[in-house]
Amino acid sequence: MTDATSANVPASAPVPHASSLLTQTALMKKRNAAETRFKAYGIAAICVSLSVLAVMLWTIFSDGVSAFKQATFTFPVTLDPERLDPKGNRERDEMMRVTTIGYTNLLNQQLVAYLAERDISTEGVDDKDIAAFISRDTPARLRNMVLDNPDLLGQTIRFEGFATGRIDGYIKGRVTRDTAERDTNISVAQLDLADRMIDEGILSAKFNWSFLTAPDASDQRPEAAGLGVAMIGSAYMMFLVVIMVLPLGVAASIYLEEFAPKNRWTDLIEVNISNLAAVPSIVYGILGLAIFINFAKFPQSSPLVGALVLTLMTLPTIIIATRAAIRAVPPSIRDAALGVGASKMQTVFHHVLPLAAPGIMTGTILGLASALGETAPLLLIGMVAFVANYPAGPLDGGMLDPATALPVQVYSWASRSDPAFIERSAGAIIVLLAFLVVMNIVAIVLRRKFERRW
Amino acid sequence: MPILLLIIVLGVLAIAGFVLGRRRALASVEGNTRRLHSLPNYYAWHGAIMAFLPAIAVLTLWLIAQPLIIERQLSGYFPTEQFENNSQRILLMADVRRVAEGLDVAVAAGALSETDAASLSADGSIRERLAGVGVALGADVTPQVLEASQAYRQLAANGGLWRSVLTLIVAVAGLLYALRITNGDFRARNRVEGVILGVLIMASTIAILTTIGIVLSMLSETIRFASMYPFKDFLFGLTWQPSFQGNSQLGLLPLLWGTLYISLVAMIVAVPTGLFTAIYLAEYASPRVRSIVKPLIEVIAGIPTVVFGLFALVTVGPFLRDWFAVPTGLGSSGSSVMTAGLVIGVLNIPFISSLADDIINAVPQSLRDGSYGLGATKSETVRQVILPAALPGIVGAILLAASRAIGETMIVTMGAGAAAKLDLNPFEAMTTITVKIVSQLTGDTEFNSPETLVAFALGMTLFVITLGLNIFALWVVRKYREQYE
Repeated sequence: MTDATSANVPASAPVPHASSLLTQTALMKKRNAAETRFKAYGIAAICVSLSVLAVMLWTIFSDGVSAFKQATFTFPVTLDPERLDPKGNRERDEMMRVTTIGYTNLLNQQLVAYLAERDISTEGVDDKDIAAFISRDTPARLRNMVLDNPDLLGQTIRFEGFATGRIDGYIKGRVTRDTAERDTNISVAQLDLADRMIDEGILSAKFNWSFLTAPDASDQRPEAAGLGVAMIGSAYMMFLVVIMVLPLGVAASIYLEEFAPKNRWTDLIEVNISNLAAVPSIVYGILGLAIFINFAKFPQSSPLVGALVLTLMTLPTIIIATRAAIRAVPPSIRDAALGVGASKMQTVFHHVLPLAAPGIMTGTILGLASALGETAPLLLIGMVAFVANYPAGPLDGGMLDPATALPVQVYSWASRSDPAFIERSAGAIIVLLAFLVVMNIVAIVLRRKFERRW
Repeated sequence: MPILLLIIVLGVLAIAGFVLGRRRALASVEGNTRRLHSLPNYYAWHGAIMAFLPAIAVLTLWLIAQPLIIERQLSGYFPTEQFENNSQRILLMADVRRVAEGLDVAVAAGALSETDAASLSADGSIRERLAGVGVALGADVTPQVLEASQAYRQLAANGGLWRSVLTLIVAVAGLLYALRITNGDFRARNRVEGVILGVLIMASTIAILTTIGIVLSMLSETIRFASMYPFKDFLFGLTWQPSFQGNSQLGLLPLLWGTLYISLVAMIVAVPTGLFTAIYLAEYASPRVRSIVKPLIEVIAGIPTVVFGLFALVTVGPFLRDWFAVPTGLGSSGSSVMTAGLVIGVLNIPFISSLADDIINAVPQSLRDGSYGLGATKSETVRQVILPAALPGIVGAILLAASRAIGETMIVTMGAGAAAKLDLNPFEAMTTITVKIVSQLTGDTEFNSPETLVAFALGMTLFVITLGLNIFALWVVRKYREQYE
């Protein structure tokens, strides 16, 4: 230390020259400048990190908010019983014979007719191009609606149906006339028509509930893709993770903190836990694939396997947090309980554990939040597969049905080619972040409310 | 009896044990609880545990053992050389199980009677008959497989019966035993607490089991990989060209290079930024600024990595391409070492800053006071007193962050590209070990080709590298830590 500082302090003692404390010497100026610079580096570092965070959140939000809106047609549709129920007996099985193609043709003709009726010029656009406005998902929805309620036949209903992804993109500003010229899926004339339809109120952007409820859709129909299956999958997994990780984590922490003798075995466990906390998450995916799927033959893509993997992954973090919470309970509590004749086990379960509970809950919620956002291990156990069917209810074995998870859905949408899926992906992130924010707020509130300083 | 029903029956027996145990203990002392050794509830729990635990243990063992025993029993139906061969045996048994399940479904649907199912002969019609009830069989059913599956059904039915009988006997025996030994002097609490302690110990060994599971699962597949592909070529090969037709070149070095290069870029971003953040927060910031900025920085650590991945893919990648790579002529791809490295670097800032912050705060105030007393400025104190004192901890933090950067998956999958290259150009797309693990193992994969098994060898490599870094980091911290009193 001494020789280091002496290098910077001027050797001014021997010559009593005219230096003053009030005026800075050249060296002092240099040192003060270095000081200012050093401090500025710190501020710059913080600004860089925070501005990257801000830019990231801002781009995600500005990309993703539009996923909650969807270009929607609203026009009257007459459900012709002749075509939708040729036998005329309103039997569901008979009506099933009319495929979505029948409904597609019906919708197309009605849209063309309605445009003619409203005197909307369809210059440069033939009937086929108008038909291309309607999402391929829309006839299927109309069909399900009619099959569920055959009384609608013969009536004229105000039908709301999705437009295709390109029209949707045009309303949201993703598709422009410039890009349309280079795009085989849409023409400038179609965009002109879309403009006229917007003016007439036939086409508008509406809040899209089905983004939150519908299952995933194929590459060709970004407008129909939703987060329903992913949210159910994530919810099942989080439920299973809680009921597995909380008892295991608390039991292990109690043993290590209160009962474990100091010996090689407990040392080994401790070293193991701290190492497991630092193992890359993808390694847990390999473990899940090898043990739960290849060896134990659990079904691929199932929330059960996902939950088992996430449990093993979060267990070390939860044990570390729980042990800290148990350690924070002062020894005097234990001494008092033991002093009035409680057994060691009673002391722990009747006194230490209740007092440590808020800390344990906080740690568990934060561990769950990290599990909710974890993607890599789930890719390996097949949760990235395309799942178009909802898993069954939790009591009907839904935990074993194929499902996806929110973060995995973000990844699988991001890797598709249509830019409309990037918007969906960012929208899914908004949903995911909303859940994480809620969990973190709950954790903070718990900590504020129950935290006790001894 | 189905397993779920069996478990419910066991639960009912446990409740009975709970009630009866308590009642019996109270009866033995004529209701005077002060004469009991333990509180009444301990006798109740003792009854429940004795009814439930041994029975459930027997059930578990049975469930594990039954398939193995049945498999051995069926060996008589097949030629020995077929059965000796491991992979053939697995295929055969899968066939047998599928046919047996098909027969079960057919019987349940009423398409076959129980006697029909047992006496069916393999005349080729079985496929159609099972298809009629919605069971699709792959290949034609050979007579051996059919006979074996009929025997399988018989054995499984017998096994199921004996399983239920044995489990229930054990449960009732445990219950009766518990009731027999229950009296006022019986030390129920000690026994119940012993069981609880056993459960606690088992929970704490999960950590060790996980490690063993990780090592064993990767090691066994890696050994299988080594038997199909020369391991020396894997470790030292310079090209990575998997092809599922065979003749793949699976060299580790390009992947290792990509991993290390990206991690290097990440550390160049994260270490200075994280350290300066920590220094500012620990030494300069007022408590108010600190209480706002520190949580904000830690928000970065709470955001899922897939979000960073999307950010790399749609924002950082195109930005770097349009503003740096294309104008300088260094590359034309959005996904590059720079993209992934920068984003991983940002992800690691809070990790380094919060670890370094703790370490800097642990340096005693007296060292600072001494330095100020000698006339040093704040930055001189930080550079010449605090950082040297905190160095082991900071090195440890940096090593831990490096191991995280190496094991990071989503950002590199979405931002680094998929081309395995040995190149120095940071604007070129490269790939990492984790990306290749994901790409070799997702989708429908058969676990018998070197192209998929290599993923386990890659996982093993990753595990060894990160584990080594972690252990080294802990060792550095322990060995060079300054003890202040």
